[in-house]
Amino acid sequence: MKYIDSFRDTNAIRGLVSKIHSVAGKIGKEIVLMEVCGTHTMAIARAGLRQLLPENVKLISGPGCPVCVSPNSFIDKAIAISELKNTIVTTFGDMYRVPSGNGSLEKQHSKGARIEIVYSPFDAIEIARRKPENNVVFIGVGFETTAPVIASVIKYAKQEKIKNFLVLAGNKIIPPAMEILVSDVHHHLDGFICPGHVSVIIGSKPYEIFPEKYNIPCVISGFEACDILQSILYLLEMIAGMEKISVKIQYTRCVDPEGNIKAKKIMNEVFSVCDSEWRGIGLIKSSGLAIKDEYKQYDAEYMLDVSVNISHDRSGCICGDVLKGIKSPVDCIFFKKVCTPENPVGPCMVSSEGTCAAYYAYEK
Amino acid sequence: MDHVWSLQKELVLLIMPMKNETILISHGAGGKQTRKLIEQTILKYFSDKILLPLPDAATVNIKGVEICFTTDSYVVNPVFFPGGDIGKLAICGTINDLAVSGAIPLFISCAMIIEEGFGFLMFEKILKSMSKIAKKTGVRIVTGDTKVVDRGKGDGIFITTTGIGLKFKNVQLGKQFIKKGDAVIIGGVPGMHELSIICARENIKFKTGLKSDCAPLHQMIEEIFGVSKKIRFMRDPTRGGVSAVLNEIVSGSDFGIEIYEDKIPLTKQVRSICEILGFDILNLASEGNVVIIADSKDANSIVRTMRKNPVGKNASVIGFVTDEFCGKVILKTKFGSSRFIEMPAAGQLPRIC
Amino acid sequence: MCLAIPMKVISTKGNTAIVDLDGVRRQIDISLVSKVKIGDYVIVHAGFAIQKLKKKDAEETIALLKEVNSEIHR
Repeated sequence: MKYIDSFRDTNAIRGLVSKIHSVAGKIGKEIVLMEVCGTHTMAIARAGLRQLLPENVKLISGPGCPVCVSPNSFIDKAIAISELKNTIVTTFGDMYRVPSGNGSLEKQHSKGARIEIVYSPFDAIEIARRKPENNVVFIGVGFETTAPVIASVIKYAKQEKIKNFLVLAGNKIIPPAMEILVSDVHHHLDGFICPGHVSVIIGSKPYEIFPEKYNIPCVISGFEACDILQSILYLLEMIAGMEKISVKIQYTRCVDPEGNIKAKKIMNEVFSVCDSEWRGIGLIKSSGLAIKDEYKQYDAEYMLDVSVNISHDRSGCICGDVLKGIKSPVDCIFFKKVCTPENPVGPCMVSSEGTCAAYYAYEK
Repeated sequence: MDHVWSLQKELVLLIMPMKNETILISHGAGGKQTRKLIEQTILKYFSDKILLPLPDAATVNIKGVEICFTTDSYVVNPVFFPGGDIGKLAICGTINDLAVSGAIPLFISCAMIIEEGFGFLMFEKILKSMSKIAKKTGVRIVTGDTKVVDRGKGDGIFITTTGIGLKFKNVQLGKQFIKKGDAVIIGGVPGMHELSIICARENIKFKTGLKSDCAPLHQMIEEIFGVSKKIRFMRDPTRGGVSAVLNEIVSGSDFGIEIYEDKIPLTKQVRSICEILGFDILNLASEGNVVIIADSKDANSIVRTMRKNPVGKNASVIGFVTDEFCGKVILKTKFGSSRFIEMPAAGQLPRIC
Repeated sequence: MCLAIPMKVISTKGNTAIVDLDGVRRQIDISLVSKVKIGDYVIVHAGFAIQKLKKKDAEETIALLKEVNSEIHR
């Protein structure tokens, strides 16, 4: 674990915290930094990093949890598919308990639907091979980290002529959502902590619009405590005028400026960009990924005849505002009183990376 | 006004139980959902005062003799897993529930529900395993029951064991004896049982070499009672793991518990697989581990005694009872920040996020 | 959305490799990354390698972090 533990070094953390306090002191005013990756939300909460930061540095969480931003309609489609005869739904664990107005995959399982949790979409292909008499539908969620993985598996299915494997395509891309947040009048943002593994795939170019058009610095961050603190320090140095405002890569050990060209190619071979609905935000142009015509036989929505009963979020649930970083979980009337991890009202609570779940579990 | 009324209506609807709700897997995971099922549904109908504190084993007094009495069901899948099988699990589980309640385990009953089509070879292997562990521990299987259900109506085999034991004289255990400053001791690496089962499942495919920690603890616990008269409380961290046990201890109490991240015993493989799958080891079940609250003056001799026993070789003091944050469990990270440890909501699922 | 961990490649075969992290092993797909060889560390997400870890950059970051620590002690 050398390449994990070295970035959790206690002495380095103390050093970084000290430097952060010094630069933030020079800036003086309140600084608002947003992280847009659910894995960052969790990492910050688990390490208790907020407690170590100066008073004037505020970390807010954005719509970085792909599970949280999957609209009710997407979950309703997954639920409807699970009710089809001879169908096995396969899913990452993250989606299993996410509620829509019609229930969840977990509740469907309790009613007898066949739902299997997999670690990799490749495991779903193996289930399809073992059960040729069933349709095996994989619930495709995630951002650009996961999209090339799912694309690769769809390509493989075509190569191997696997006829009973389908994907419910729900992957999204993050930079358009970041731009919506920045151009929202409610928002005041001084910097972005950019998602490390999304950036492994897409590189640093997609974030250049933020320093260029909005004068907002971006740092692409790894996930260990030292990575995140170093990224915060780099952002503060740019805000303080000590460095030029730009996109900086902190996670140099994994991220190249051009990203992973091979992975991008496979992603673009199977998926095309489309408009997509983000739960709590609404329709964002060119922010989703749809399966291209050449691979349509693997598109669950296209191939399966399902009637879907679309549900809506409960009134009073402010997951949307939480996802946009406008409100904090503690501002929600349901938080902890009614909305809890075992009885979630909205997606921010049920997803292990959702802001509300992270606050509930870890923030004091 | 309309908006406020509609919000209030939403709140009421969310709190009321729905008539067409069903039991979920998470109701059996040992965390908050399980607690809710017991407290809000089961205790509505079973309200004996011995049952109400929900002990691992009930202590009943029969003509002046204190007897501990416990029951448990085993539904593990796969029935054979690295480090054990459902039979060994059943016997050890019941022995341990009696031991952590301060009793010497003596007699066990064994009721089995077998699914039509379950192989004889497998069935006999399980029986052999139960017999072996019973003989080794000196516990006697004295009665039982066998039922067979139609194919598809039972997951291979379910086993329910009930055990009785004699309470140790002069051993009083209970939350009411816990004091500020008491030490929190753990018997070994947490979560090994559940982790090894998850990794053995077909859709995970990680080779870890991890084995269930399924083992009888009664001998080690007897040795502990021999070196300290100031053991306040014991529980084995099964479903819901150490998080569930510590939260159960502080719930409704006028004390809190603080534990230290760097004091929790871990192996390299356990750390790795938790990082990869996104698990919190404190939420995972053990079947050969124990959480002990004891006077801190006795902590070192207790740990030394435990470490002499193979099932306690990684025993460690992991924290202390405090009067801060009453009713809560706090974990201090190695670099000085801290966070709450909540009762796990439901079972852990491998994640990509 | 990005749970991924650096794991060491201990063998390769076509588009797959066996990776190891302190005794935990799995077969993964390496078709998204070029020229993966034994001894490389790859970032593993959902059963796939999504990138190679650049050891030189990792060592540079580690050195920078050591420097930060020694700066505050001066």
